Amino acid sequence: MDTHISTSAKTISGIMRTWITLLGPFLGLALVILAFSILTGSPEKYLSPFNIRVVLSQTVIVAVSAIGMTIIIISGGIDLSVGSTIALSSVVTALTVNAGFEPVVAVFAGIMAGAIVGLANGFVITGLRVVPFIATLGMLGVVRGVAKWLADQQPVNVSQTWINDLVVTFPNPPWLLLAPGVWIAIFLAVLMVVVLRNTIFGRRVFAIGSNEEAARACGIPTKRLRIWIYSLGGLFFGLSGVMQMSRLRQGDPTVAAGAELDIIAAVVIGGGSLSGGQGAILGTMIGAMIMAFLRNGCQQMGWPNYVQEIIIGAIIVAAVAVDQLRQRRT
Amino acid sequence: MPILQLREIVKHFGPTVALDGIDLDLHEGEVHALIGENGAGKSTLMNILHGAFRPDGGSMELGRMPYSPVDSLDARRCGISLIHQELMLAPHLSVAENILMGIENFRFGWFDKKALHKRARSVLENFDHPDIRPEATIGELSIAAQQVIEICRAVASNSRILLMDEPTSSLQRHDVERLFGLIRSLKADGASIIYISHFLEEIREIADNFTVLRDGKSVAQGKIGEVSDQFLVSHMVGRTVKNLFPKRTINEERETVLKVKDLSSPPALRSANLELRRGEILGIAGLMGSGRSDMVRAIFRLVDAASGTVTVRGNESQATCGTPASRISQGIGYLSEDRKREGLALSLSVADNITITRWSSCSRFGWLDLSKQRRRSEEMIAQVGIKAAGPAQPLKELSGGNQQKVAVARLIHQNAEVLLLDEPTRGIDIVSKAQVYEAIARCAAGGKAVLMISSYLPELFGMCDRLAVMSRGRLSRTRKISEWTPESVLQEAIGSN
Repeated sequence: MDTHISTSAKTISGIMRTWITLLGPFLGLALVILAFSILTGSPEKYLSPFNIRVVLSQTVIVAVSAIGMTIIIISGGIDLSVGSTIALSSVVTALTVNAGFEPVVAVFAGIMAGAIVGLANGFVITGLRVVPFIATLGMLGVVRGVAKWLADQQPVNVSQTWINDLVVTFPNPPWLLLAPGVWIAIFLAVLMVVVLRNTIFGRRVFAIGSNEEAARACGIPTKRLRIWIYSLGGLFFGLSGVMQMSRLRQGDPTVAAGAELDIIAAVVIGGGSLSGGQGAILGTMIGAMIMAFLRNGCQQMGWPNYVQEIIIGAIIVAAVAVDQLRQRRT
Repeated sequence: MPILQLREIVKHFGPTVALDGIDLDLHEGEVHALIGENGAGKSTLMNILHGAFRPDGGSMELGRMPYSPVDSLDARRCGISLIHQELMLAPHLSVAENILMGIENFRFGWFDKKALHKRARSVLENFDHPDIRPEATIGELSIAAQQVIEICRAVASNSRILLMDEPTSSLQRHDVERLFGLIRSLKADGASIIYISHFLEEIREIADNFTVLRDGKSVAQGKIGEVSDQFLVSHMVGRTVKNLFPKRTINEERETVLKVKDLSSPPALRSANLELRRGEILGIAGLMGSGRSDMVRAIFRLVDAASGTVTVRGNESQATCGTPASRISQGIGYLSEDRKREGLALSLSVADNITITRWSSCSRFGWLDLSKQRRRSEEMIAQVGIKAAGPAQPLKELSGGNQQKVAVARLIHQNAEVLLLDEPTRGIDIVSKAQVYEAIARCAAGGKAVLMISSYLPELFGMCDRLAVMSRGRLSRTRKISEWTPESVLQEAIGSN
C-alpha cells in the first residue's frame, strides 16, 4: 500500500510551532522595552542591571502563580480565587513563623494552604459539577474571608527570617545576581515546560483542554485529572503567597486583591486560550514580564496609576485580537 | 441561459490551492450534483457561493449579473442559501427562531412571536413535519429533526438556489424520502439545487446533472443518467478503485473474546445479547436512535448501564461498573461516531491523537520519549495512509477523511483486541473509505475482534461475517451475513416482520 505522506506541505516540527506561537509575545515585550527606552530618554537607566533586577523581583509573584494558571487554563479551566489564595498563603506562612516553627515549615504550610484551596476547587468543579468560573468565584470570597479570619483582620507582622530574603532586589550572597525567588521562578518555569511537553500528565492536560469528551473516551480519568490540575495550580499560588509574605514582611489578608486579572492576563498574552487546549509557559512568562516592564516604565515616566491600567487593559485585548488574526490566516 | 454561472474560480489558503479553476453552470429547476472526494474543494466552493469566502480569481454571475456576496446574509438576500453539513443551529433557541433567524418578524421593533410561530409552522407542514412544534427548543430534538430544521431554514428564506452539503448524512430513510419529495417540489417551483453527497445512489435518484471535482478542478460534467458509477468514481479519484471492500477469508469456530449478556441502558437500550469472536467482523445495523450507539457506549462505560454483564476474554464483570480506562486496559478500543465532539482532540497534533490511548508505548515512568512517539506515529501514518505533513501537524488542519484515519490509527496503535467501531466511515470520501476498510480487515485478519455499527448497508454486507440488527433498543439474534438480505435487515430495523 502506498504511503500518503505529503511532501508538498512544509513539514513544521513541533518545536518550530512552539517558537512561532512565542514570537508574538516576544515581539510585544521587545516593543514595550523599546518604547520605554526611548520615552524615558535614558535607555541605560531603564535597561540597567539595577532596574532589570527591580522589574524581575516585581514580576516574580505574578509569574509563579501564572505558571499554575497556565496549566489550569490549558486544561480548559480557570481559577479566579488565585488572589485570595495568595493572601491566605501569606497569612498562613506568617502565622506559622510567629508560632515558633522553623521557616521551612512555614514555607511548606503556606504552599500547602494553596494546594488545599486548589483541591477544594477541584472537588467542587468535578464533584458538584459547578463550572470553574463560578466555583472559583465563590472560592475567591470564601478564601479571602478565611484569610481575614485567621489574621484577625489585620496584617500579621513577622520577625526577620531567611524567608524575607526570597525576593529582595539585592540578593545575599551577591553572586546570585538575581533574588532567590527569581531563580526559583525560572527553575519552576523550565520544569513545567518539560512536564507539559514530555510527560503523560502534560499531554493529558492538553488533551482534556482540547476535547474533554474525547479524553474520557480515550481512557483518561478526567475528573481525577482535573482535581490534580487545580491542586497543582494551588501549589504554585501558595508559593506566590509565600513570596508575597517575603516581599511585604508581613502576612496581609487583604493583599493581592485583583491579582487574578494580572495572572490570567499574563497567560492570555502568552498565547493561552480560555477555551482550553492552548497555552505555553514561556509565553506566559513573557506575558508577565510585559506587564512588569510596562508598570515599571510608567512609574519611571511618573505617569499616574490609571494610565498603567488603561494601557495594560488595552494590551490584553490587543494580544488576543492579534492571536485571532494569526489563527484565521493559517 | 444558466441562472448561475461560474468561470475559472480560484481560491488559495496560504500556500495550499483549494480551488484551481472551477467552471459550473446551474439552470433554473435543475438539481446539480457536486461529486468529489473529501478535500476536492466541494465545501470551499459552497463557502464561496454563500459568501463565507471570497474567491481569489474567476467570475460568478447570478442571473446575468455579477455576483460577489460579502457575507452569507448577503448571499441569502440574493437568493442563495446553504444547508450546512455540520448543524449550525442555536441549541437554546426555539425551532421557530432558528428557522427564521435573520429574517424574523418584527412589529415596531418588537419580536412578533405569534407571526413567527405561524410562519415556522407553515414551513414545517410543507416539509411534512407537523409533529415538530415551533415552540420546541432545538436542544430537545433528535439530530435528524435538527437536520430538518436546518433545511427548513433555507426553504423559509425563499431561496432560488439551495446549496445542500451532505444533507442526508444524519437523516433516516423516510426523512430522506421527504427531503427528496421537497427537492422535487422546490424544483417544480423553479428553484435550483446544488447537491453534495458521497452516496452515488442518492445522486442518481435526485440529480439531473453532475460536476466532478478533483484537486480543486472540475474534471467531468454531464447528465447523470448517461454515465456509469465506474465513470464517476474513476474521475473522482483519478484512477480506478477496483474493489472497495477488501477480500477476506472467514475463519469460523474461533474463541469468543467479548460476550455481552442482557445489557440494558434505558431508555435507549433495552436489551442486547451478543458474542464477538476473534478474527470476525460483526455488523450492527439499525436506524439512527435505535440504541446502537448506546449499546457500544454502555459496553465501553461511556454511559451507565442499568443491568447486564460484559465478559472480555473470559473475565466476566457487571456492566454497571468500570470506566473507559478500565475497558481500555481490558483490551477494548472504541471509535466514536462523532469524531469532532468525542473522537479526536482537533487542536492537538496527529502524534498525540494517535498515541493517547497507549502512551506506555513511548514513555517510561510517566515521561514521554518524544522521538519514539514521533516514530510510532510515522509508522501509523504510513500504515493507514494518512495524508499529513507530519506527526506534529495539528489535527484540525487535516481533511475529514484523514482525521477519521487518525482515529482508526489510534485503535491500531492501542493494539486493542476488541474494536468497537461506531460508523467508522461516516462522511468520508471513497478513497479514505477503502483505506479504512482495508485497515479494519487487516485487524480482523490479525486476530482482532471487530464490531462495526453502520447505517450504510453495502458497507455492512461488504465487510461483515455476521450481522445483528438493533430495533427500538433491542438487538436481534446474530446471523451469518449470507442469511440476511438488505430487505430483511430493513424489515428487522423498522420492526415490521
